[in-house]
Amino acid sequence: MWGRGGPAFPHTPTLLKGFIMDQERRVLLAHGGGGHLSRELIEREILPRFSNEILNALPDTAALTVPGTHILFTTDSFVVQPLFFPGGCIGDLAVHGTVNDLAVSGGRPLFLTLALILEEGLPWSTLRQVLEAVRRATTACGVSVVTGDTKVVRRGQCDGLYLNVSGLGMAWPGFQLSARSIRPGDAVLVSGTLGNHGMAVLVAREKLFLETALVSDSAPVHRLVEAMLPWTAEVRFMRDPTRGGASPPCCTRPPWAAVLPLRSRPCPWTPAAAAVAEMLGISLLHSPCEGRIMAVVAPEVTQAVLAAWRALPEGQGACRIGQAIAPVGRVSLHTTLGGHTLIDRPQGEMLPRIC
Amino acid sequence: MCVTGPGTIDAALTLAERGAILVTFGDMIRVPGSRLSLAEGRAQGADIRVCYSPLEALALAQEQPEREVVFLAIGFETTAAPIIGMLDRAVREGVGNLSLLTALKGVPPALAALIQDPECAIDAFLCPGHVSAIIGANAYQFLAKTHHIPCVVAGFEALDILHGIRSLLVQHIEGQARVENPYARVVRANGNPRVQALIRHYLHPEDVEWRGLGVIPGSGLALRPAFQDFDAAHRFGLQVTPGRVHPKCLCGDVLKGKIMPSRCSLFGRGCHPDHPVGPCMVSTEGACAAHYKYVSTEGATE
Amino acid sequence: MCLAIPMRVVAVHADGGGLAEVDGVKRLVTLTLVETPQVGDYVIIHAGFAIKKLDEDEARERLALFRQMAQAWTTSREGAE
Ligand code: SF4
Repeated sequence: MWGRGGPAFPHTPTLLKGFIMDQERRVLLAHGGGGHLSRELIEREILPRFSNEILNALPDTAALTVPGTHILFTTDSFVVQPLFFPGGCIGDLAVHGTVNDLAVSGGRPLFLTLALILEEGLPWSTLRQVLEAVRRATTACGVSVVTGDTKVVRRGQCDGLYLNVSGLGMAWPGFQLSARSIRPGDAVLVSGTLGNHGMAVLVAREKLFLETALVSDSAPVHRLVEAMLPWTAEVRFMRDPTRGGASPPCCTRPPWAAVLPLRSRPCPWTPAAAAVAEMLGISLLHSPCEGRIMAVVAPEVTQAVLAAWRALPEGQGACRIGQAIAPVGRVSLHTTLGGHTLIDRPQGEMLPRIC
Repeated sequence: MCVTGPGTIDAALTLAERGAILVTFGDMIRVPGSRLSLAEGRAQGADIRVCYSPLEALALAQEQPEREVVFLAIGFETTAAPIIGMLDRAVREGVGNLSLLTALKGVPPALAALIQDPECAIDAFLCPGHVSAIIGANAYQFLAKTHHIPCVVAGFEALDILHGIRSLLVQHIEGQARVENPYARVVRANGNPRVQALIRHYLHPEDVEWRGLGVIPGSGLALRPAFQDFDAAHRFGLQVTPGRVHPKCLCGDVLKGKIMPSRCSLFGRGCHPDHPVGPCMVSTEGACAAHYKYVSTEGATE
Repeated sequence: MCLAIPMRVVAVHADGGGLAEVDGVKRLVTLTLVETPQVGDYVIIHAGFAIKKLDEDEARERLALFRQMAQAWTTSREGAE
């Protein structure tokens, strides 16, 4: 430890006022150095949690046998702040994010990679909590972590910890997903309320000022996708409304047109999320979800899909939010007064506004 | 905040370059300055924080007494209220490391200037509800009485606006000119006297430049000399210039309703919502951004 | 412009602050800019400050009128379809 016998500071570091060292075990730069400590971190913290035949050999590259031939592959990085928020943390978020990307592409998620970028000084307990959340989420999703990586960066070079999770899955037979296949009359469905995750995280960040019971919707959606397997031919298009919220699925290429009544019943958002959004001048349609699906399906299977979704805990709030009106065009909101508002992607960051 | 000049952004960036923490509302972060926007400055290392309440700037100043904290004070009377509320507290608590870079503006002088412009040919005003909550519906009496222009104070629900427009049309057809206040649930005839007193105590009117509209006499709200220690420009000996606007940006004419945004030669060609050249392209409510969104996708023309 | 929303005061603190609530969301607000703020008052919040009290009777009346207008509109539209 510095201070004891170390070199004296040439001047008093006034900027460190109020800085107190504690006894807490922390991540050190050496934990990423590839030596003893790295090995220890992997053997004590990673392997016991994610142990499986492939990972136990600690491969830099995993050799996998994948049932079927049509493979889906995705990657996603997670840098959420704060690391812990009501309803989840960066650990389960990372698993859900990657699993959901595979699922909404019509896939069954199988294998994940787990890359950790840790900040020097990160409390060990935080690392453990996050890894535990990863473990719980992978178990719940039926996926295994098969390879990974750990790097430690100097204090100040990252915000505690970042995760990168790549995912490999098998395509379910039958899905032909493309916005191109959307036809007039198709139904637009969502599996639950929109925007809760983004608003919950924002509130957690501004916790000094705001207090709500709002929780993130972070959850896997692969079971919701499996629930649609009887109707693969009738499912035209699916997305998980993550970054940018429901707007990117509405503004995808090729473009498709639909109208979403602004005040549809049952309302696809919670009053608290809507209130926070209004207070901060942010559109709820731009606020991310991490456990929802937006799907466009043939009208005749609407009720069947909704019933199948609602039978699952993660699909309780499923509802039809609109209708496709033309193969090409724009998705717009129908206002109470009969006006149309085009749904657009957000510009820049999600920031509180005053005008 | 379409009417904040690029010079204000430049000054804010200069202060950040000199080591101040700059606190701003999220609205300002993408507005272009002469060279950079605040977002671009932040990416180069300027310490710029986005707040929701001005009190966050005060808290920051108290937490970090060794740093200078500058609050970018923009807005109309509505926003002047919380900013002055914060300043009042800072003054009373004797906070010595907080100052305001002010570009606050008053609405009535701007309305008075607009009706003098024959090209605008204004028939009536739908008056802003939350500004009126502060200044009161009576603040528009001079427009109705002296200039015979109907004024209706409207709220922000769609039906508030429709109802407001209807009232204006009725007055116009009847050849009347009075101030009506269907937003009485929030707006009183005399506004919020407590805030008015605070504003008068700390601020005085001055002639300022509005982006695109030129200098409007008495339309700025600047700190009184007695509080110049809290005036960032004074405190750091900074000359706030009008700044440099892109010579082809026609935001002023767009704001005044003289031209459709698509008449600007930069519209969609160099000026996009993702790369705004002028402030009207910044937020979705900006005239150019709205025109871009609806016209460029629906194929409509002027 | 000037985004401001009505919230109900649920606590008034001695230092001029207080808590305001809407739809289960509570926010720390400053109440120094309005006269005699009281628990139960509706206030208009802008940038964390109550800038005006809301006249409840007036608000109720106006919203009832709006509901009527919206109702009439919906009925006429449904009739047309
Ligand atoms: S299109 Fe851009 S440059 Fe032209 S007036 Fe609008 S904001 Fe200014």
